[in-house]
Amino acid sequence: MAAGLDPSWRLPAAFTAPGLSSFSEFLGAAAPELLPGRRPLPPGISADIAPHATTIIAISCADGVVMAGDRRATMGNLIASRDIEKVHAADEFSLIGIAGTAGVGIELMRLFQVELQHYEKIEGAMLSIDGKANRLATMIRNNLGAALQGLAVIPLFAGYDLDAPSPERAGRIFSFDVAGGVYEERGYDGIGSGSLFAKAALKKRYRPGLTTEEAIALAVEALYDAADDDTATGGPDLTRRIFPVVMTAGAEGTRRISDEQSATISEAVVARRMENPGG
Amino acid sequence: MAMQFYASPEQIMRDRSEYARKGIARGRSVIVLSYEGGVLFVTENLSTALHKVSELYDRIGFGAVGRYNEYENLRAAGVRLADLRGYSYDRRDVTARALANFYAQMLGAIFTEQSKPFEVEICVAQVGATPEQDELYRLTYDGSVQQEPGAVVVGGQAEALSGGLRERHSLDMGLDAALRLAVEALGSVGGEGGAPRTLTAAQLEVAILDRRRPGRAFRRITGQALTALLTAPDQPSTAAEGEGDAAAAGTGSAPGDAAARPTSPVADEVSVSDEDATSEGGEGTNADPSGTSGAE
Repeated sequence: MAAGLDPSWRLPAAFTAPGLSSFSEFLGAAAPELLPGRRPLPPGISADIAPHATTIIAISCADGVVMAGDRRATMGNLIASRDIEKVHAADEFSLIGIAGTAGVGIELMRLFQVELQHYEKIEGAMLSIDGKANRLATMIRNNLGAALQGLAVIPLFAGYDLDAPSPERAGRIFSFDVAGGVYEERGYDGIGSGSLFAKAALKKRYRPGLTTEEAIALAVEALYDAADDDTATGGPDLTRRIFPVVMTAGAEGTRRISDEQSATISEAVVARRMENPGG
Repeated sequence: MAMQFYASPEQIMRDRSEYARKGIARGRSVIVLSYEGGVLFVTENLSTALHKVSELYDRIGFGAVGRYNEYENLRAAGVRLADLRGYSYDRRDVTARALANFYAQMLGAIFTEQSKPFEVEICVAQVGATPEQDELYRLTYDGSVQQEPGAVVVGGQAEALSGGLRERHSLDMGLDAALRLAVEALGSVGGEGGAPRTLTAAQLEVAILDRRRPGRAFRRITGQALTALLTAPDQPSTAAEGEGDAAAAGTGSAPGDAAARPTSPVADEVSVSDEDATSEGGEGTNADPSGTSGAE
């Protein structure tokens, strides 16, 4: 039963277990079928059965961190979605973007969001940003079996560190590998099929201490470069008015850049590329 | 050799009720009021870390009186159920009615099946789009549940408090008027020789479910913001001259809520965090291990 209660309304012990502050551990005890890593998969590689989400980049700046993602999901050579949203707020001060199998990634992201909020409600305090990153790494590791069969998910995690010694070091970015490794990145990072090109563009243009506005413009331009060379990454869609999702995390919390602002920045990038296609 | 005496079911239930009521009567009441901008929770609590009022879900809050370990257990179970529901379905599908039902079943089962009932009385409140749509549920130790429109008092002095409170309460009150009404009501009992007490910000635990805030509506009001609301006689200009020492009490108690949340007029001193689940004791804790009543 989805509510986790048996018909007699007696509670499974997990509901009243003291000291359990992780939602996914609670799910493992109360409703294990809802956990992504617990489902048996038939043997064989099944990478092509579901849409794939692609490029996400994150850039740290003077006031925190910026994360941006394109809007395309692909299945093989087909476009599965033109307007998927792959960058979300994980909680009040952190952002998560997903690349890989879209369905698994979205489930993982929702679970991570509930996980962070659940901890906060039960314990009365937020996890540290390193704690959040480690928690996410554990969740990726639990998906390893499915990943080996082609249903891999790699997230990018970034956030504002409330315990940072100085504001310019508060924007922090973490990348992950499929086996659950967690690595802190300096300055910027990208994931997904177009990240190679986006990171190459960022390598030439990134400098520490960017303002948030500069970092947002840089992110949109790097996504343009990714879309330029990678078919699985979508560029700004001027005809349908679909533009990258850009979010920021800072001392005031997370914020999503309005569609109008994203459109203005994307149009400026396109206009510049009309003059000089290489940027 | 122990002798088993016969005790009638009526006698057993009566003894359990009496035992639970005695325990609850020792705790200070929690007052929950609907007001124009949301739902207000007010109680007396000297601790800033061990809460009697806390967040269950986006639009739902929880207030409890009685034994700390017991209501803390209920609160955690409620958070788990709410998060499980919200994760399985959608965030909008988590309702106070379902949680009240769940608590009623849980408390009812404990009352009838276990030799010692829970010595708690709780309130589950959900903020709606208008004050008329707010849902306030009061649940007692035996699992009985009442939905009370506008105002709920839980705890030992509930009867004494609720009469006068209901008379003066109206749904279109502002936050400061509702808060002062609640604080006055709390202070009207327990004084020397029946004299009213004056409660300061440091003695109070105050939280709101903010009607206008999208997403998570629960906010604590502590420190300076609380002092300002308590002292302001309807003119906001005098609010600034609050007592300095009381202001230090609740500011930034947990690391998670330290950063500014500039969304409401009281945001500078308001935090969203709730419980310190690992601790024990505190207000409402009864150090009375006198054992179970009722013959078996």
